[in-house]
Amino acid sequence: MPVDLSSPADYALVMLPEIVLSAWAMFILLLDVFQKGSRSEPSSSSMPWLTLGGVVLAVIANAWIAGLQETGPAGMIAVDGFRIFVNFVFLLAAGMFVLISTRYIDEENLRLGELYVLILFATVGMMVFAGARDLMVMFIGLELMSLPIYVLTGINRRDRRGAEGALKYFLLGAFSSAFFLFGIALAYGGAGSTNLQEIALAIGVDGIGASTLLVVATALLAVGFGFKVAAVPFHMWTPDAYEGAPAPVTAFMAAGIKAAAFAGFIRVFFTAFPDLYGTWDAIAIWLAIITMASANLIALVQGNVKRMLAYSSIAHAGYLLVALAAASVLGAASFLFYSVTYTLMTMGAFGVMMVVAQRGEERLDLDAYSGLAWRRPLLGVVMTIFLLSLAGFPFTGGFIGKVFILRAAVERGLVLLAVVLVMASLISYFYYLRVAWYMWFREPDERTSDPPALAPGMMVALVFAAVGVVLLGVLPGALLELAERSAAGMLQIPAGLTRFVP
Amino acid sequence: MLESMGYSSWALTALLLLPAFGMAAVLIGREEHAKHLALAMSTVAFIVSVPLWFTYSAATPAFQFTSSIAWIPQWGIHYRVGIDGISLLLVLLTTALFPIAILGAYSYIARRSKAFYAMILLLETGVLGVFVALDLFMFFMFWEIMLVPMYFIIGIWGGERRIYAAIKFFLYTAVGSLLMLVGILYLFFKYRALTGDLSFAYMDLLQLPLTFTEQYWLFGAFALAFAIKVPIFPFHTWLPDAHVEAPTPGSVILAAVLLKLGAYGFLRFLLPLFPQASTHPTIVMIMMVLGLIGITYGAWVAAVQPDAKKLIAYTSVAHMGFVVLGIFALTLQGIQGAMIVMLSHGLSTGAMFLLLGMLYERRHTRAIDDFGGLAAVAPGFAAVFVFTALVSIGLPGTSGFVGEFLALIGTFQTHPWVAVIATLGVIFAAYYMLPMVQKILFNSLTRPENLRLPDLNGREIAVLAPLVAGMIWMGVYPKPFLERVDVTLTTLIETVERKSAQTSFPLGMEIETDAPAEAAVVPAVPVTDGTDGTPAANGARPDSRTGNIVASAGAGADAE
Repeated sequence: MPVDLSSPADYALVMLPEIVLSAWAMFILLLDVFQKGSRSEPSSSSMPWLTLGGVVLAVIANAWIAGLQETGPAGMIAVDGFRIFVNFVFLLAAGMFVLISTRYIDEENLRLGELYVLILFATVGMMVFAGARDLMVMFIGLELMSLPIYVLTGINRRDRRGAEGALKYFLLGAFSSAFFLFGIALAYGGAGSTNLQEIALAIGVDGIGASTLLVVATALLAVGFGFKVAAVPFHMWTPDAYEGAPAPVTAFMAAGIKAAAFAGFIRVFFTAFPDLYGTWDAIAIWLAIITMASANLIALVQGNVKRMLAYSSIAHAGYLLVALAAASVLGAASFLFYSVTYTLMTMGAFGVMMVVAQRGEERLDLDAYSGLAWRRPLLGVVMTIFLLSLAGFPFTGGFIGKVFILRAAVERGLVLLAVVLVMASLISYFYYLRVAWYMWFREPDERTSDPPALAPGMMVALVFAAVGVVLLGVLPGALLELAERSAAGMLQIPAGLTRFVP
Repeated sequence: MLESMGYSSWALTALLLLPAFGMAAVLIGREEHAKHLALAMSTVAFIVSVPLWFTYSAATPAFQFTSSIAWIPQWGIHYRVGIDGISLLLVLLTTALFPIAILGAYSYIARRSKAFYAMILLLETGVLGVFVALDLFMFFMFWEIMLVPMYFIIGIWGGERRIYAAIKFFLYTAVGSLLMLVGILYLFFKYRALTGDLSFAYMDLLQLPLTFTEQYWLFGAFALAFAIKVPIFPFHTWLPDAHVEAPTPGSVILAAVLLKLGAYGFLRFLLPLFPQASTHPTIVMIMMVLGLIGITYGAWVAAVQPDAKKLIAYTSVAHMGFVVLGIFALTLQGIQGAMIVMLSHGLSTGAMFLLLGMLYERRHTRAIDDFGGLAAVAPGFAAVFVFTALVSIGLPGTSGFVGEFLALIGTFQTHPWVAVIATLGVIFAAYYMLPMVQKILFNSLTRPENLRLPDLNGREIAVLAPLVAGMIWMGVYPKPFLERVDVTLTTLIETVERKSAQTSFPLGMEIETDAPAEAAVVPAVPVTDGTDGTPAANGARPDSRTGNIVASAGAGADAE
């Protein structure tokens, strides 16, 4: 179905998933208020399932808009495969969040309607951020996804670590937003537009080239994105925020927010500044190298599994920065593929960690994993699959994803960067395998108590994620093709698209 | 009869699937059935593999028993399998040794046996996958995944320092392979740049014209992976730890089969893919010297070990030194010798670890000094032990002699002085092996615990008998083994020499696709058709086969 974004009515069509999800979030909010009235008590136990229903509706809406064809001038929101693809990833993260969090939320007295509402709004923000074709809209998306997460980080008011993490995250996040906004202002000053397509045309066709203003703008935008994807040296907030936030929120941040930030990063730099590649490639390459090297080295010495997973997610940001540095269809496609498997394996690993940590997140130490695989074979097996995939072992999605990134890098001529990536993942073997060796090789000590039986939601999520990770490792063909097609859709300007003349 | 069943098309696939099914069966089945199921499945795999030996045609260097299915067509990755003479012998060694190792584990593995046998069977699939893969991506996947079961076997059922040994094994072997992955991707990228096609197929990538610099770096990336696996000094330090800490069946598989993967990689990938680099005098000299160091250093360190298992572990380093010499001498005898050393080492070291495991089950110690005079109480054990030790030393009439002798002859033809020094290694072998035999079996029986050691039981005899038979067979009548690799190796050597002689690639050989115009392409002569024309003629008439990479490459792989 053709849509013309010069007419506002068509925006309603194009943004159907976002609209559905926002409306649903407000509906839940109201429902919660009317159910509880002025009493202070946990929200209805149907809350998670209602949220899941909203996610499913958004998935349907997202699938439905996949058939839209864009005509007319470039609008403020993209209508391409890339956006559809990443929307699915965000919704997957939101769905996984609901499934893995049910018991945790009950145990920590966090069953609050607003928690789910915030997650849904953050998801909308992620979708807007990644789908925007205009820097102003992107900024709205950025704030919409960040503010709920600041709140969620500190939502457990009884937890001091949560408060600390939330404050740090908020201060640094606000700081980074300022960089981002300043970058937008300079980009507008340099290119005369905030529309990504317009900027690209101004640079390439009008021959502005690498003007100082635009170079500084790319650098500032990179700083803003760097904060959000937690690239070293802009990662300082990450370990504290990840450790302090409630575990399911951490999982959502590590998977969803990071994917959204990367999707925006890639969209802006690939579609607005492709002609400035010669100036920003160094930023991407060095960020990637520093991030991969330092995050993996620091993760090596973490005795706290939650913190280890936090650094591991920073390390994965480094791998994705390699995809960014490749600046090609393959680079974008490898990001898309990786984001799916990364969401599955990271949220799966966090899920297992939550089960082992038990009430109050008390057992985050490695000793809690001693002999886990023999006491609870299902947990042991799925965790081993997640760890192998995070490490990038064959027959898991993590391997294919890494090979895809490596391939993009090698084809761009970044062979040395590819070598750094494999050396970095080599370091990561050690800390991922350490968890495996606690689970399989050690006998439980007397302090170790068996984790409780799995909640049904958790069981479904873990098995689904593990099967997905293996399936993506054994038969990745279809998704690889889809990722490449979606990435190509973002990078080519649709035939009917004309330049917007003010 | 077999042909009517289409044996040649499904044999290798069946070999890969049978252990994998076995793994599933073991996991589903009951704990006490695990070992029987594992033994049954690995035996079935062996039986399926036996006709390979008889139906393999030794007259052609082409890959046989091939089959190919699109796996990840988006990247040009196919499930491609096939074997030539080299892989034939190694596949059979693998299928033969796994049932033996499993039977040898019957009383050794007492706890968590389900998981153990599942891991062993997964390992078998992994190893066989490496030997039969004709697609570099598929090869790499099997090459890596193999580490996982071995990691668990060492880490869960190993000795006291098992965690250290498992991690060390894992990280060492992973270091090399990841760089190899970058190398493989580079080849893939290069192939696409020249032809516009996506392919990881071995036969396709073999046709790539690579400059010396490229060959040099890629050689480094691949050689590191293989050198660690072989292992070549100074990359061997994981081996003693892994061998000593692994449970007996793990050590057997590790020594008998896994160490062959590195040498296989040299023959299958390093020499044919990077002929100029691997025949470059400096590189050859480095490899030779490292091989020599392995032979002498391995022997000396073995000689002072108080732990019998560690002693045997170090002898592996020494034996693999001969393999390296034989391969890089690049003569027919040299590589044939290397092949026989590999097989012989698989049998003799496998037997040695089994024997030491039997001792350990009886006495729970492996220290040489704890024994003495066993020949009197356990004569059957002593006989097999002495024989195996003599094979390891290389006594004429046994497989050890044939292999080392051929390897030395082959080395002598191109590097006489290297062969002279290496010959000393044979003497060193006696120097470390015989004192151990003497201390364990002969001397006086001083310890009362040793008085009532039971001799070999029926199961143990069944485990050892095939190994002993194999060592005698290969020692007395090695011809069937040699003739099966003869044509493969002759063709390999010819190809490597021809390709390395082309100092510059003939220009003006555009590919018919939309490849870059500046791309210089070597005349695509499939490695497999060594029958037509002399090498010189092929090189001199490049225009006869205008660099049509795709067509001729495909023809070789699908010939059978």
